[in-house]
Amino acid sequence: MAELIARPPCQGLLPLEIGTTTLSETDAGVLTSIMPFKGQEAALSEALIAAHGMAMPAANRTTGRAGIRAIWFGRGQVLLIGPSPHEALAWYAALTDQSDAWAVVRLEGAGAVDVLARLLPIDLRATQFKRGHTARTELMHMMASITRVGDQAFQIMVFRSMATTLVHDLKTAMEGVAARR
Amino acid sequence: MRIAGKGLIDRSKPVRFVFDGVGYDGFAGDTLASALLANDVRLVGRSFKYHRPRGVLTSGSEEPNALVTVGNGAAAEPNVRATVQEIYTGLEAKSQNRWPSLSMDLMAANDLAAPFLGAGFYYKTFMWPSQFWEKLYEPIIRRAAGLGALSGESNPDKYERAYAFCDLLVIGAGPAGVMAALVAARAGADVILVDEDSRMGGRLLAENCEIDGVPGVIWVDRVLSELSAMDNVRLMSRTTVTGAYDGGTFAALERVGHHRAARHAGLPLETFWRIVAKRSVLAAGALERPVAFRNNDRPGIMTAGAVRAYLNRWGVVPGQKVAVFGNNDDAHRTARDLLAAGVHVAGLIDSRHNAPDATGFPVYKGAMVSDTTGRRGLESITIRSVSGEDKLATDCLAISGGWNPTVHLTCHLNSRPVWCDDILAFVPSPSGVPGMGVAGACSGAFSTDRCLREGAAAAVAALEALGKSAPKTQIPDAEDAPYAIAPLWAVPGRGRAWLDFQNDVCVKDVKQAAVENFRSVEHMKRYTTQGMATDQGKNSNVAALAILADVTGRAIPDTGTTTFRPPFSPVAIAAMGAGAQGKGFAPERFTTSHAASVERKAPMIEAGLWYRPSYFPVPGETTWRQSCDREVDMVRHTVGVCDVSTLGKIDIQGPDAAEFLDFVYTNTFSTLKIGRARYGLMLREDGHVMDDGTTARLGAHHFLMTTTTAAAGQVMRHLDFVHQGLRPDLDVAMVSVTEQWAQFAIAGPKSRELLNGLFDADLTDAEWPFMACGPVQVMGVRGRLFRISFSGEHAYELAVPSRYGDSLFRTLLARADTLGGGAYGMEALNVMRIEKGFITHAEIHGRVTAFDIGMERMVSSKKDCIGKTMSERDGLSGADREQLIGLNPVGAVKQLTAGAHLFNADDDPVRVNDQGYVTSVAYSPTMGHMLALGFLKNGRARHGQKVRMVDHLRDLDALCEVVNPVFFDPDGERARG
Repeated sequence: MAELIARPPCQGLLPLEIGTTTLSETDAGVLTSIMPFKGQEAALSEALIAAHGMAMPAANRTTGRAGIRAIWFGRGQVLLIGPSPHEALAWYAALTDQSDAWAVVRLEGAGAVDVLARLLPIDLRATQFKRGHTARTELMHMMASITRVGDQAFQIMVFRSMATTLVHDLKTAMEGVAARR
Repeated sequence: MRIAGKGLIDRSKPVRFVFDGVGYDGFAGDTLASALLANDVRLVGRSFKYHRPRGVLTSGSEEPNALVTVGNGAAAEPNVRATVQEIYTGLEAKSQNRWPSLSMDLMAANDLAAPFLGAGFYYKTFMWPSQFWEKLYEPIIRRAAGLGALSGESNPDKYERAYAFCDLLVIGAGPAGVMAALVAARAGADVILVDEDSRMGGRLLAENCEIDGVPGVIWVDRVLSELSAMDNVRLMSRTTVTGAYDGGTFAALERVGHHRAARHAGLPLETFWRIVAKRSVLAAGALERPVAFRNNDRPGIMTAGAVRAYLNRWGVVPGQKVAVFGNNDDAHRTARDLLAAGVHVAGLIDSRHNAPDATGFPVYKGAMVSDTTGRRGLESITIRSVSGEDKLATDCLAISGGWNPTVHLTCHLNSRPVWCDDILAFVPSPSGVPGMGVAGACSGAFSTDRCLREGAAAAVAALEALGKSAPKTQIPDAEDAPYAIAPLWAVPGRGRAWLDFQNDVCVKDVKQAAVENFRSVEHMKRYTTQGMATDQGKNSNVAALAILADVTGRAIPDTGTTTFRPPFSPVAIAAMGAGAQGKGFAPERFTTSHAASVERKAPMIEAGLWYRPSYFPVPGETTWRQSCDREVDMVRHTVGVCDVSTLGKIDIQGPDAAEFLDFVYTNTFSTLKIGRARYGLMLREDGHVMDDGTTARLGAHHFLMTTTTAAAGQVMRHLDFVHQGLRPDLDVAMVSVTEQWAQFAIAGPKSRELLNGLFDADLTDAEWPFMACGPVQVMGVRGRLFRISFSGEHAYELAVPSRYGDSLFRTLLARADTLGGGAYGMEALNVMRIEKGFITHAEIHGRVTAFDIGMERMVSSKKDCIGKTMSERDGLSGADREQLIGLNPVGAVKQLTAGAHLFNADDDPVRVNDQGYVTSVAYSPTMGHMLALGFLKNGRARHGQKVRMVDHLRDLDALCEVVNPVFFDPDGERARG
């Protein structure tokens, strides 16, 4: 039998390099939304530590490291990025596969903060939004998840169907920043 | 005329530019205004109403006269202030509001009609018969009056929006502003220093002054280079803070591209900033006000501070023989600077009898300028004193009526400025904007020394509020000259004495307003148009107010001020809406099958933000109807494939998931078996229908809800609200999985044949009866299969993770093609659902109840649900309600239209006889005629009756028979079988 062929969300759109900033698609692995059942937050955090070596993140924070990360994803919701979730987690939380639901890109370079300042209404100063900090906010007209993953690197996520608009908006902002130099 | 050795322009960089078709030379660092004055071009524009010749009045953004259009064609930018526009090689500027040319403007005839065009002209004209206004006067006035015009073409320029955050925002980079920024920055605060000029320094660039023993320009450059080397400081020049808003938010407009000859691709013309600051310091300086006297608007008459600025900053003198007229000591500074630069000062006219003496030029104490001559530029002035009138030949008159602190931003949150008798001006109210300190000339401190001290003090106060300790700061040495002033607003006398140059408002207009009882300052403003348009009265507000106070016998503070509102200076709508042009208007959501659909030349239709294929044309088809009819036929006889991924999908899990669904749906889901789906109906809290869809039970505690495409967000929000606000006791978790799954409908008698071969085992009715659902392995990928039907045919929906959507869609189409089937789009989908009487949001449009659509029995009597009680209110059910019906055309007219209204066959088709309306129509290839769904009073009891469908907009009148809304296969045999 023939096989189904997988297409990443930003196929044909990325990578881009404009000025001092690059935009590339991230193969994030498995994405799982984790929503703790009533009163199970502490037990879930223990289970997450036991299974994946990281605690549940607080609001606007992440835990873990590159390649295996838990990011706060809204009220009562965390997104596990990287590994398949250990089945023990299902005792404490609703687990939902979201691996195909999000376009995940990485914006990196000296102008990254300036680019995002044109699209996001949040304070991205290094003193306020440190590595490992995350936010659910709007990027231009799209709801997005933004995480600082390096001094000059950000992970940006929007709905998969909006990948074209995401690249359009980021490219426009990147061009505007680059043209000033 | 350029003065050798003066100014901050770069004489090693000549710049060639064009004004009104003539080429001129200037230098890097020139504004259009300074370069034109250096070339002895004095006439730069015509006034708004009277088309009077006008020259440059000021040297800043408050300029009322020197407005020009920059650029050509679609990119032409009207109403650019020549005093702000920097020149670059290739700059092309044109004067405005003149015809045929600036020097010979035929519209200047308006000047002769001045007696008719005074205060209240428009209001009085409106009193005439309205036809006269619309057909005669308005076109004439519109042609004659006005500023620059837009090109009328789509704007090709790019604009940008951006956000910035800081501890302290300092507005204005004059001595007070840079001092505040320096103190705060040294203390480690995050500082943004904003200045609207191309070069920071404020009046230090325009004055002959020293700070700490060095010229002010050198001092400020040293401070700025210290600031620019600090990581915690951002310097934003060419940026005007245009508004103060709640929560420490400020709007600011940055001119990014206006001064560049060659713009890199992607460079914005302007960036509209939103700056959020914990504290702010306003150091916006002050604006000099002219004095009103007869013919005070001729080219060559300027504010005294502007004459100094042109001399000291740009090395330009706007005349050969300069006279100065003022009521304060500051005016003397202009005469002294000119004299020191070797310019002939014809005389200084000071209205004060106790004016200081001077050497090098005559001082006329206790005298005033009462008139001027010179049609296209100043030639002479008339000096009136106790000894009579004298004429003095001069081609440039520098006037100073005193300085008005730039209080605007402090008033944006509705506070009023406070009158200060010492300086005869308004100063900011201390509580104007929370968190904002005011320093320097904008608080009424006019000496350099006081500016520096106030700047430092404002920074210290801000640091204290931020919880940071301020380092000890030495205040640099600077002049601390007193500011002596005596009142002088208007020189008494006949003739027109201009207050508002931009709107041609004279002293007599303000007096006339008062005579006609427009005594409130707000009324006077509207009646005379004083303070309107691009300069918003920056040059005239206080003087107009003083004159109104005088004629109404009140003190100035009792007369009050008009309201200062954002923006401080004009902001292009394009800048505020930046990024939202074209593709930026709204996100585009594309399905995984988008590329394959476009390859098949399917036109797209928008559903919310989604793009969905309308139909899939095959060779020979020239209209959408041909394609649509074929696709319907195809699904009814073989098999069709349609992307239904856009429907909202919500994953619902938890021990109380079933109970939660019982509460949000009218019908019961706790009884649903695992591996089965059920149609559900949801009400709003007010009892009306909100949405419908199928929900599948994937496990004991696991459901998958589907929603209408466009209602997905609304339903998700509703579920979150119900859970958080109404039933927090329930242990349930919800998340959207719309994007996770690509889902395709495979519909038609051959649907099972198409699917068999994709899975490990063939599908059977026993294992996959109607409304069954469950996991499947699709070509090695974990998918989900649902046997549900929106077409009325034997149909399935197959879902796979979205990454495989494109591949699966192509696979399904290839298989469909071999079976004589193919893809179908929204048009065919809509036709088939109308044939089956399935509702969409065309029917459940927000005003209908479950009763209206014949689903009242779906509201379970055994349990409560959202909206149940409210749906039982009187009037929401019964024979008076308009109920869902089907319509078949039975008369001569066979066309039916959505939006048409229904009437009894014998009634007049007028509003009072309205019986209902049509919501959806389609041509049914299955039935061979048009069908309609609609709502009719007591409709379910009227099947078989005839009604008239009348579309008053499209002029249609069709006789219809009322029928069961399920036109095709009413028993549902095809979907089950």
